[in-house]
Amino acid sequence: MSYQLPKFRHPELPVNDLGYTRADYEGAISTLCAGCGHDSISGAIVRACHELSIEPHKIAKLSGIGCSSKAPTYFLGNSHGFNSVHGRMPSVVTGAALANRDLLYMGVSGDGDTASIGMGQFTHVARRNLNMVYIVMNNGCYGLTKGQDSATADRGSASKKGDPNIYSAIDLCGTALQMGATFVARSFSGDKEQLVPLIKAAISHRGFALIDIVSPCVTFNNNTKSTKSYEFVREHAEATGTIDFVPMHSEITTEYQPGHAHEVTMHDGSSIRLYKMDESLNPFDRRSAVNVLEEHRYSGNILTGLIYMNLDSRDLHEVLETSQRPLNSLDESDLCPGNKMLLNINASLR
Amino acid sequence: MKPTDTKNPEYFHKVVDCQYACPAHTPVPEYIRLIAAERYTDAYMVNWQSNVFPGILGRTCDRPCEPACRRVRVEEQPVAICRLKRVAADNKDDITDRLPEIPKTKNGKRVALIGAGPASLTVARGLAPLGYSIDIYDNQFAGGGMMRSQIPSFRLPIEVLDEEVNYILNMGVNATFDVQVESLKEILDKEYDAVFVGTGAPRGKGLNLPGLEDAMPNVYLGIDWLSSVAFEHTTSIGKRVLVLGGGNTAMDCCRTSRRMGGEDVRVVVRSPFEEMKASPWEKEDAASEGIPIYNNHVPKEFVVEDGKLKGMHFEKVEAHYDEEGKRTLVPTGEDLVFMEADDVLMAIGQENAFPWIERDLGIEFDKWEMPVVDEVTFQSTNEKVFFGGDSAFGPENIITAVAHGHQAAVSIDLFCRGEDVHNRPPPHVTLSSQKMGVHEWSYDNAVANDLRYAVPHAPLAKTLKNRKIEVELGFDVETGYKEAERCLNCDVQTVFDELRCIECDACVDICPTDCITFTTNGAEEDLRKRLEAPANNLAQDLYISADLPTMRVMVKDENVCLHCGLCAERCPTTAWDMQKFLYNVSKAGE
Ligand SMILES: Cc1cc2nc3c(=O)[nH]c(=O)nc-3n(C[C@H](O)[C@H](O)[C@H](O)COP(=O)(O)OP(=O)(O)OC[C@H]3O[C@@H](n4cnc5c(N)ncnc54)[C@H](O)[C@@H]3O)c2cc1C
Ligand SMILES: Cc1ncc(C[n+]2csc(CCOP(=O)(O)OP(=O)(O)O)c2C)c(N)n1
Ligand code: SF4
Ligand code: SF4
Ligand code: SF4
Ligand SMILES: [Mg+2]
Repeated sequence: MSYQLPKFRHPELPVNDLGYTRADYEGAISTLCAGCGHDSISGAIVRACHELSIEPHKIAKLSGIGCSSKAPTYFLGNSHGFNSVHGRMPSVVTGAALANRDLLYMGVSGDGDTASIGMGQFTHVARRNLNMVYIVMNNGCYGLTKGQDSATADRGSASKKGDPNIYSAIDLCGTALQMGATFVARSFSGDKEQLVPLIKAAISHRGFALIDIVSPCVTFNNNTKSTKSYEFVREHAEATGTIDFVPMHSEITTEYQPGHAHEVTMHDGSSIRLYKMDESLNPFDRRSAVNVLEEHRYSGNILTGLIYMNLDSRDLHEVLETSQRPLNSLDESDLCPGNKMLLNINASLR
Repeated sequence: MKPTDTKNPEYFHKVVDCQYACPAHTPVPEYIRLIAAERYTDAYMVNWQSNVFPGILGRTCDRPCEPACRRVRVEEQPVAICRLKRVAADNKDDITDRLPEIPKTKNGKRVALIGAGPASLTVARGLAPLGYSIDIYDNQFAGGGMMRSQIPSFRLPIEVLDEEVNYILNMGVNATFDVQVESLKEILDKEYDAVFVGTGAPRGKGLNLPGLEDAMPNVYLGIDWLSSVAFEHTTSIGKRVLVLGGGNTAMDCCRTSRRMGGEDVRVVVRSPFEEMKASPWEKEDAASEGIPIYNNHVPKEFVVEDGKLKGMHFEKVEAHYDEEGKRTLVPTGEDLVFMEADDVLMAIGQENAFPWIERDLGIEFDKWEMPVVDEVTFQSTNEKVFFGGDSAFGPENIITAVAHGHQAAVSIDLFCRGEDVHNRPPPHVTLSSQKMGVHEWSYDNAVANDLRYAVPHAPLAKTLKNRKIEVELGFDVETGYKEAERCLNCDVQTVFDELRCIECDACVDICPTDCITFTTNGAEEDLRKRLEAPANNLAQDLYISADLPTMRVMVKDENVCLHCGLCAERCPTTAWDMQKFLYNVSKAGE
């Protein structure tokens, strides 16, 4: 068993605007099971952050408990990290984000961490529209504790050693929409072509961005009776359309036929382009998104791609009018504006 | 692209860069692993089977394997393959009981070998164990050819040379030394079943410049001078020596001069420094012995006063290159440069000479007076006469002579058995999984980050006093181990089984050097543009699978694969496996 990644990298790896290669965004060698979908998602995060030229020290990755929540060790080794308590990642992110809005908050969670023990936290962080990326590595089971069905396991789906699940599944995208999330997407760990641009779009979105990523657990839930296996997902995934991410300042090179594509400018000046969208879906309309999700659930297919995006999103900082500057940079004169100011305030309340 | 045919032994052979580059195709990583395992005798024998002179080559090989070493594609320096070979030779036990047995009863076939250099000795090594009666004729007093007459003892001690030459001479071959063969016809008249010509390229080239005639007593041809030093006919040289030429012979001449009384020894070469033919390490060694190299200086004339050589004039030039990169040396117009000299050594090249081969024996010669020799079989146009080593296609090096010798021995054996010499035996190949446990391999798959270790040298003060003191001391066992660990085990192949692959991307994600891509198939040129990382090294192949269930294919660019085995470790279905590929060129009688 290898405990270390070799130091050598491809000598011609492309560098980004900061002069970094993809290798500068990697983490420690993974200890997850060989073939675990979570590792592919880590790879997609590495790629997205590299391609967006985000300075690694401007990223904080936070997680709960689970194989999925272990994954942040295996990417962004030069970024801040916090491995919190089972299901409590959202409250730690909330605290961190309120203290310092300058960092990119990348929450990583599992279906157990999110849809069972952390359900309350998940719904509230979505409802508050905290500016963060919330990634669920969704394998329909509790991988770390040996594969018990999770709350996202489909009814009738069976894990390797288990009986068919008797409960109905929680659809995290549906829940997030219900709770007021402003960016909702679903993807598959085995489809980086779709996943990488979605992660980039989620990073550029200002507000709460959920990506629910089906991520097969090869060890406990990749069998023929499971609806979260590589084979089942490949056969049943149906994309809402394809998506391209165009970073800020970059020249637009690909041509597209009007009517077939939709271009949206993001808060940070970058834009995303949606192609060949499903006729029935208007991803900027929450009702349309809810309906399409529901239809796919009935038909037994897995809807992937961008499902909903609120172009007028106002995140928690805007709503609360919090400090622009990180709290740790505020000095005594900022925090104690003096007697004169206190008298003014008191006067205003009289 | 078509799926790669890994059943063709040449596919995986090419992945083992060093072995592929070695003219004799020595299984380099195999012996390097044996050195790391402290199995020096085994490592020596792996070498001996392929290259016959591991102790000699571990000191003197031209090492075409090293520039080919995969490591130079991911870092600065190759594995010190050549000096590791010496570690095996230095630390081996007695090997005599491992040498092939020589049959008491001969097979009735007689073969003559002319010249006792590495080419002929290799032919003898191949044929003697098969029962051939072998007669060797050589004009020197002992075997070894130029390894004895040209390569100075400070690079190759006599004991090392004698030991390895004698392993072969002791195979019951009948060697006649101190005999000049003056007529090939005479040899053929002795009714040999086959004759091998391994007489090298024994004639030094000279420069006929104004003043040469008067300067003659102090001007020598480099290779003649070196052999006269080796055979102790020459014991000193003047204080000021000019060596003309930029190849390895020039380097041996100047370094030998330093040991024979030369104090102001200079190398003067026409070409720019970077384009000198000498190997970089030879130039370094000369520099470290205080020998300056004057480049871009064209020799013009010998300056003789009162019938005595005073020095030489040189013209300064600049290299100019045309669009095709063809070089011309253009005079700079400066005054001629004068350099003082007591003696001048001309080391500007060697050539073949076959005055002793009659031209009516059915051996065709081309317009350069070189015999017409088949590049695969080494047979001449007289089916009984074979050529190899420097005599076949001009001066090369020891390892090339050995490679020729092996192939010539195969041909001679086929010929004497009445078989078609073009019917070459295929290589011996084996492919065996290195899997020991779920994530465990029987080779050391971790990649060492260590930089190349330098071989220690004996102190200059000592080595410059005596030409017989070896300069390089060789790696000690600990450093040898560390250097051996730098080898990436390129012979442990990544073998892909498409039927097992579930396309989970685990191998793509883990691969440190981004070798693997899953994508739709296409033409090579197009595919190379669509891979995870640039695939611009066209000399390295793409490994392509058959179609996968998603109608994509697996494409692996072999270029910078570290053979770390991580793809196979991270594969949940063992679609990737690490398998050791052993490739041995077939020898005579195999
Ligand atoms: C100065 C110098 C340094 C070198 N250093 C290296 C080195 O470091 N590494 C390396 O790999 N290569 C080196 N070489 C090249 C290498 O020595 C030769 O390429 C190699 O020895 C060729 O082997 P061979 O068997 O073809 O012939 P040779 O080694 O040349 O042997 C031919 C033998 O045949 C004898 N012979 C020739 N004609 C007759 C005749 N008519 N009758 C009887 N005997 C005859 C010769 O005297 C000689 O003994 C060097 C060459 C020179 C000149
Ligand atoms: C408070 C608490 N309750 C229970 C556990 C046991 N536990 C560890 S991981 C886990 C479920 C993880 O499932 P998921 O989030 O889907 O991650 P996966 O391993 O599947 O990626 C549970 C229940 C715990 N660590 N802490
Ligand atoms: S148990 Fe399942 S989720 Fe956990 S690392 Fe293994 S494959 Fe991945
Ligand atoms: S790394 Fe080892 S096996 Fe690979 S080319 Fe270099 S010496 Fe040969
Ligand atoms: S052995 Fe596998 S993982 Fe390692 S470099 Fe080669 S292809 Fe990549
Ligand atoms: Mg899970």
